[in-house]
Amino acid sequence: MIYVFALFLLTLLVITAVAIVRTENLFVAVMLTSIFSLLMAANFFILDAADVALTEAAVGAGVTTVIFLSALALTGDWEKPRPGGRTVALGTVGVLAMLLIYASFDKPRLGDPEAPVHQHVAPWYLEKTPEYMDIPNVVTAILSSFRGYDTLGEVFVVFAACIGVLFILGVKPARQTAAAPQPVSGLRHHLIPQVVGRLLVPFIVLFGLYVQFHGEYGPGGGFQAGAIIATGVILYALLEGEAEALRAVPRSVLLALVVGGALLYGAVGVVCMLKGGAFLDYSVLAADPVFGQQLGILVIEAGVGMAVCGALLSIFHAFAARESMT
Amino acid sequence: MTFMEHLPALQVVVPMLSAPLIVLLQPRGLAWAGATAAGLASFAIAIALAMAVLDGQTQVYAMGGWAAPYGIALEVDAFSALVLLLVTGAGAAALLAARVSVDRQIEPERQPLFYAAWLLGLAGLAGIVVSADAFNIFVFMEISSLASYILIAGGPDRRALPAVFKYLIMGTIGATFYLIGVGLIYMMTGTLNLADMQARIGDVVALNPILVAAGFITIGLALKAAVFPLHVWLPNAYTHAPHMVTVFLAACATKVALYVLIRFDSMVFQDRLSDHEFQFTLFALPLAVLGILVASSVAMFEGHLKRLLATSSVAQIGYILLGASFVSEAGITASAMHMFNHALAKGGLFLAVACLAFHFRDLRLSELGGAARRMPLTCAALVVCGLSLIGVPGTAGFISKWLLITAALESGLWGWSLVAVILVSSLMAVVYIWRIVEALYFQQASAEGDTSFAEAPLQLLLVTWAVALLNIFFGLFPHLPLALANGSAALLVGGAP
Repeated sequence: MIYVFALFLLTLLVITAVAIVRTENLFVAVMLTSIFSLLMAANFFILDAADVALTEAAVGAGVTTVIFLSALALTGDWEKPRPGGRTVALGTVGVLAMLLIYASFDKPRLGDPEAPVHQHVAPWYLEKTPEYMDIPNVVTAILSSFRGYDTLGEVFVVFAACIGVLFILGVKPARQTAAAPQPVSGLRHHLIPQVVGRLLVPFIVLFGLYVQFHGEYGPGGGFQAGAIIATGVILYALLEGEAEALRAVPRSVLLALVVGGALLYGAVGVVCMLKGGAFLDYSVLAADPVFGQQLGILVIEAGVGMAVCGALLSIFHAFAARESMT
Repeated sequence: MTFMEHLPALQVVVPMLSAPLIVLLQPRGLAWAGATAAGLASFAIAIALAMAVLDGQTQVYAMGGWAAPYGIALEVDAFSALVLLLVTGAGAAALLAARVSVDRQIEPERQPLFYAAWLLGLAGLAGIVVSADAFNIFVFMEISSLASYILIAGGPDRRALPAVFKYLIMGTIGATFYLIGVGLIYMMTGTLNLADMQARIGDVVALNPILVAAGFITIGLALKAAVFPLHVWLPNAYTHAPHMVTVFLAACATKVALYVLIRFDSMVFQDRLSDHEFQFTLFALPLAVLGILVASSVAMFEGHLKRLLATSSVAQIGYILLGASFVSEAGITASAMHMFNHALAKGGLFLAVACLAFHFRDLRLSELGGAARRMPLTCAALVVCGLSLIGVPGTAGFISKWLLITAALESGLWGWSLVAVILVSSLMAVVYIWRIVEALYFQQASAEGDTSFAEAPLQLLLVTWAVALLNIFFGLFPHLPLALANGSAALLVGGAP
């Protein structure tokens, strides 16, 4: 039964992808990418990758759609027709697809317990996580401790993206925007979305906090939580206007969140070094290595959440500020 | 653990954690000073690591205390030590010289973000080089690519934006290809650690995914490394970037991608797949030869100084790939040496360009008349580095070209024709360097131009000359890079377990 549903979702995915390529209306394309992400999230969920599904839904379907729309507000809705056509691109994609299909002939069956990925490191993780960390969610254990250095790298990818947008869009300090008379923006005159939205915002933020602090037990963690909380604040900005959202969470706070989150994560690593362990070896943080691991995971997840939330909101505001300038 | 044991981790952590701190340093002088201090510290770490490697130790570091393949391992051997030296050296030297040039090109309130991006680029490149984990390499590739897009787009030249957009699209395709390849290998071996991959890939019976993975990884990294004909993003990106960014990136960015390509291919694929060495040669050799000849001839007719040098970089990447395509110890030695020497020569040339840019807004060759009279020291440094790029005896460039010719002769029947290619392209290099010299020394200054003596700021000039002198020093005493290059070759070709 689940296979039928997965097949249905994957077919929809292909149809959406073709539609994204075909359409010349960029607004439609953005909406379709949002649907694409939602379908993808459903697919991840069917494959039992709940952590990834959460991220894809919050970031792919939620935040990036808003950022794409803010970018569209700066440019235009229609794709410029290009001379030359798309035959070369189509040919390249066709060849690549054929190569990947060729590769998949020798692929282990989906869910095959004898597949190499289930034989080598995965059993070790499953066996050792209770012993070393004593937390139920092995995915969190892998992401934040066994391969914590990768996650630190990802936080710095987010950090780089954030400073890149701020640097290239050249957002000036808030002085000018504060002085200018604020036109009423947002959806203030639309009663129903406003009332419903206002009701939703606190629950979204609360859910974000739950995902943040429950990441060791269930699906979730800092990355998903940061994205969910950012979605809540962006919803608030859409309802009440960007200036109102900036009054609630000013730009300086956002920058402090990004910088603070990245530094917090790194600082945990450095403290581990100073206490005589390897970089990011949380076991040395407390007398009991298991508690040390748990403590380290908790703190770095907080750092991830801060950095992701601050970065997504900074990027959103950078586009919105650019919009109000023009 | 002792301080020395932490060095591989510190190599990445020091510049990476300095970046968020730099964002907070608002007065611009402070941001530059902080970034330069971090750059110099990582250069010092690279030197310490190289010394340790020369003593015969390979440094292995288990991140988080988890041994490979369960955790992520860092590993510094001769090859990584050599590339680390040139990455951090280029980063530190460009930062030392950068202040005056960056002050002219980037507004003061944006400078902290600029220097933060610079350090992230440095940390990303260093992270790729020290990593022994295929996925970790991807993560740091993302950091370094994002940082280089930011840096290139940062200048006052608006033409950088379309150039960087092209780079972004092609770079992302390259990184995605690499990731697809790593995913396929993971599917068949269940591991991400390179050494573990090497051990387990021999047991794989069904080879389709591995072969496709080898293709994706090679093409993806070749895109990142600007191997001909996947180089189209490079000339414009380097031409319109801020001058100091060009110095940094031209010296080391593409070489790191080549480093991963050579390491991945020789560690994981060449030992374990039958005929893979032959296939690799069949793929890399024609591209290298074409790249050398086509890019050199384009450079001969190029009218803009920066684009001329950027185009010549594509030809130099061809030399490095040519050495690797022999799959012999001599070939890898030549490749590694040429990475090092080309970084010195091209870094020095772009530093001299940054000096020229102080008094010549327009860097087209036709506008550079009388430059030698106004800026004699800059022009002399440019000539020294140009000679090294050509490969004149007594300069660093000669050593690697000599090694390359030796390796070509050893490679078999076609050796002589490859030697001819190297010689012809060196003659082409003479032509395009001569065109620069002609413009600087013998061209009439434009009538309304100022002809008084006006050198570049001392700080920038000193770094430029230091690099120029290093080109001569390593031409006369190439022992240090040569020892590391020989070590890399023995490791990658000779010492396969």
